[in-house]
Amino acid sequence: MAEFSTPTTAQEFAENFAQLKPLMNRTEALYESSRCLFCFDAPCIQACPSGIDIPQFIRQINSGNVTGSARTIYEANYFGNACGKVCPTEVLCEGACVYNLQDVKPIEIGRLQSYATTAAIKENKKLFGPGPANGRRVAVIGAGPAGISAACELRSLGYEVTVFEAKAQPSGLTVYGVAPYKITNEEALAEMAYLQGQFGYEVRYHAPITGRANLAALEAEYDAIFLGIGLGKTSALGLPGEDKINCVGAVEFIEELRMRQAEMQVGRTVIVLGGGNTAMDAASEAARLGAETVLLAYRRGKEEMGAYEFEYSLAKGVGVKGLFNVAPLEIVGDDYVAGVRFIRTAVVDGRVQEVPGTEFVQPCDMVIKATGQAKQTHFLHHIPGLELDNRGRIVADAMGQTTNPQYFTSGDARNGGAEVVNAAAEAKVAARGIYAYLSQ
Amino acid sequence: MPDLSINFAGIKSPNPFWLASAPPTNSGYQVMKAFDAGWGGAVWKTLGVPVINVSSRYGGVNYRDKRLVGFNNIELISDRPLADNLREITEVKKRFPDHAVIASLMVQSRQEWHDIVRQSQDAGADGFELNFGCPHGMCERGMGSAVGQEPKILQMIVEWVMEVAQKPVIVKLTPNISDITEPALAARRGGADAISLINTIQSIVGVDLDQFSPYPIVDGQGTNGGYCGPAVKPIALNMVKNCAQHPEVRLPISGIGGIENWRDAVEHILLGASSVQVCTAAMHFGFGIIREMVSGLEQYMVEKNFQTIYDFVGKALPNVRHWEDLNMKYQVKAHIHEEKCIGCQLCYTACEDGAHQAIRLQAGTRTPAIIEENCVGCNLCSLVCPVDECITMERRDDGSQHLTWKERTDAGNIPTEFNDEKAGGRHHWVPEPAAALGKERHKTLPGKARALGVG
Repeated sequence: MAEFSTPTTAQEFAENFAQLKPLMNRTEALYESSRCLFCFDAPCIQACPSGIDIPQFIRQINSGNVTGSARTIYEANYFGNACGKVCPTEVLCEGACVYNLQDVKPIEIGRLQSYATTAAIKENKKLFGPGPANGRRVAVIGAGPAGISAACELRSLGYEVTVFEAKAQPSGLTVYGVAPYKITNEEALAEMAYLQGQFGYEVRYHAPITGRANLAALEAEYDAIFLGIGLGKTSALGLPGEDKINCVGAVEFIEELRMRQAEMQVGRTVIVLGGGNTAMDAASEAARLGAETVLLAYRRGKEEMGAYEFEYSLAKGVGVKGLFNVAPLEIVGDDYVAGVRFIRTAVVDGRVQEVPGTEFVQPCDMVIKATGQAKQTHFLHHIPGLELDNRGRIVADAMGQTTNPQYFTSGDARNGGAEVVNAAAEAKVAARGIYAYLSQ
Repeated sequence: MPDLSINFAGIKSPNPFWLASAPPTNSGYQVMKAFDAGWGGAVWKTLGVPVINVSSRYGGVNYRDKRLVGFNNIELISDRPLADNLREITEVKKRFPDHAVIASLMVQSRQEWHDIVRQSQDAGADGFELNFGCPHGMCERGMGSAVGQEPKILQMIVEWVMEVAQKPVIVKLTPNISDITEPALAARRGGADAISLINTIQSIVGVDLDQFSPYPIVDGQGTNGGYCGPAVKPIALNMVKNCAQHPEVRLPISGIGGIENWRDAVEHILLGASSVQVCTAAMHFGFGIIREMVSGLEQYMVEKNFQTIYDFVGKALPNVRHWEDLNMKYQVKAHIHEEKCIGCQLCYTACEDGAHQAIRLQAGTRTPAIIEENCVGCNLCSLVCPVDECITMERRDDGSQHLTWKERTDAGNIPTEFNDEKAGGRHHWVPEPAAALGKERHKTLPGKARALGVG
């Protein structure tokens, strides 16, 4: 018997994917904010990639200035609400809370952050607006955390901003790629609507920028272009049988899950390939969709997985089983996936080596590949003079300016794949970089 | 087991915990319930000519997530007919003959005082408490604190009461006065058997920021009330001490003010109280708190080997001295136990901004360090530190020397001029004023703006 039965209604889906960080009520926010010590030069601020003045916003909640609290958060991070829910706070702000050193539960900073920002969003509190128009125009490619954050900051600096988004909705991976138990679609989109209402940038949906002709038009029409394009599809493994039905990429699987929710189908026995945070998400999600068995297959030992410990614990907690020191050789089956042929591995001098004669087939009816996302190098080659590093990441200076001076970037396309908070923080810097560049 | 019973100016009670005259003693139902729960005595809600109250009567002071650290009320004395109260006093005394039932009284004329005292003792009250403390409403009519603030009138009324009282008389004092011993002495001169203090402190407990009205709000408006609850304990303790130490007061004291557990009660007793009265805590948590109070007091007495309450009544009084009698050779300095430090740096910022710049930050660790030569031993860091026993104040003098301000004064060894060489802070190091402006981390700019240097 699986931990979860397959959800068939929106209600059942919401129960299986119950929020890990549910919204606090006023009493809980009062109690939790009361615990904050108001550390000097607080370690939580230092641990936050966007440097939110956390003791300040918590103190503001405690004194009943919830709107001021939201302002403190948004001044540092335009994805303040989403970050409160999706940030790996265990290894960031909450991991740095001094209470940890006293074996006392750290302050629930993420939930307090969501509490304050949710109140501002719900009441549509006017906190920000565009700066005086300066007559310049900036195009933003991608309406994800990087693109939207850049758009907000650019508007506050007086630029006219148009965001080009290939998909139908904003917020990028926040709505298309994050596990549903971390944030709901409604929450992610409410923050996007709030920000657009505050700053007044234009977003064009279903407007993919795909080739040289599109780019040339933008280069002519806009003074600067911000690349917030993130990463591409799940990388191919190059294994035989990878094209079988029910062998899917994790990114694609999660996107479909986020869009279809209770209508999403999952196999009865699912093998997830990979050891990163996305693998943990996909495995956990498969279990919550009612898969009877979910196996997490990783080619090294458990302790070498790239995933955060709490993410692995979360997957284990919903019944996911680990299968370590195995490498996939082939996806077996006819048209449909029927199993994965693995070979056992050993790590010798830090390198993974296959152990001859240890092949076996692990039966399953679905394979989710969580083995990394491809870079969008093909598209990026259409930008003249744009340099990429040897891992396909866009090369940019401290202010986000690329080797083509008209182009700036931040987020996954530049850092190779990090958290929402990193993209949001770096985009603010890049917007300042555009300001410096266009003010020359 | 130790003996918790008391004989307070002739009023016997199985333990020193009495309910103060207030809403919890408004009826026989409540008092019986309290006695059944374990309370030793009760001072009945003040009897007099029945009043009419307003609706919306209490206001609270909350601190962060803690409710009612302070409490105030604008309720008046009993609004029930005297006969109902007296009948219930009789009934309670019949059921609980060994418990103390004290009638709190407040009337105006000599005749009224005589009448109400006689009727109360006929009803079976073990004693009287004259309410000269209520600081709201009743004082506007010349009663309550209006009496407590006029020692001559207070004495006169006590004399009226003593003319007919056959049971012990306690005078309840108002703290709304500059020297609490003046009404205490007046009570003694009038012949009272005991005093009780403090009544509530005249207060505005808070202001509604939207209605622009003080709490509690009565149809958009409010009035000053009487303040009580945990927040008033320090004021009460000081006044209890003042009365207990005064050589001419020499009356048993019933301590009132901020008592909600055994520890608060022991503090009152150590400063001279020989019974204690509780109101706010019972209003907040119910009568059940008595179990913790009795248990804590018993355990304390066992550990200290006290047989009766009287073994420690006033035991701290010899150690409460005038400032000029304190030993100026005594020297403590802060010590940070690094293994316990969690790195909040509250001690650093507290000392930097609120004291003597005697704590510095260290490279490579969040644990601050004490600058020994600057530390004046003020305790502030140890008070703000959130970790138990992480910052301790360590004695640095060898205990061999003793010199008080009084002795220095007598020896002509005190600063007398504005720039006197003998100024205590003369050799303390103080940073240059402009050095303050380089302390960037004292203000936190939002987000990455800090790292970028743009505001």
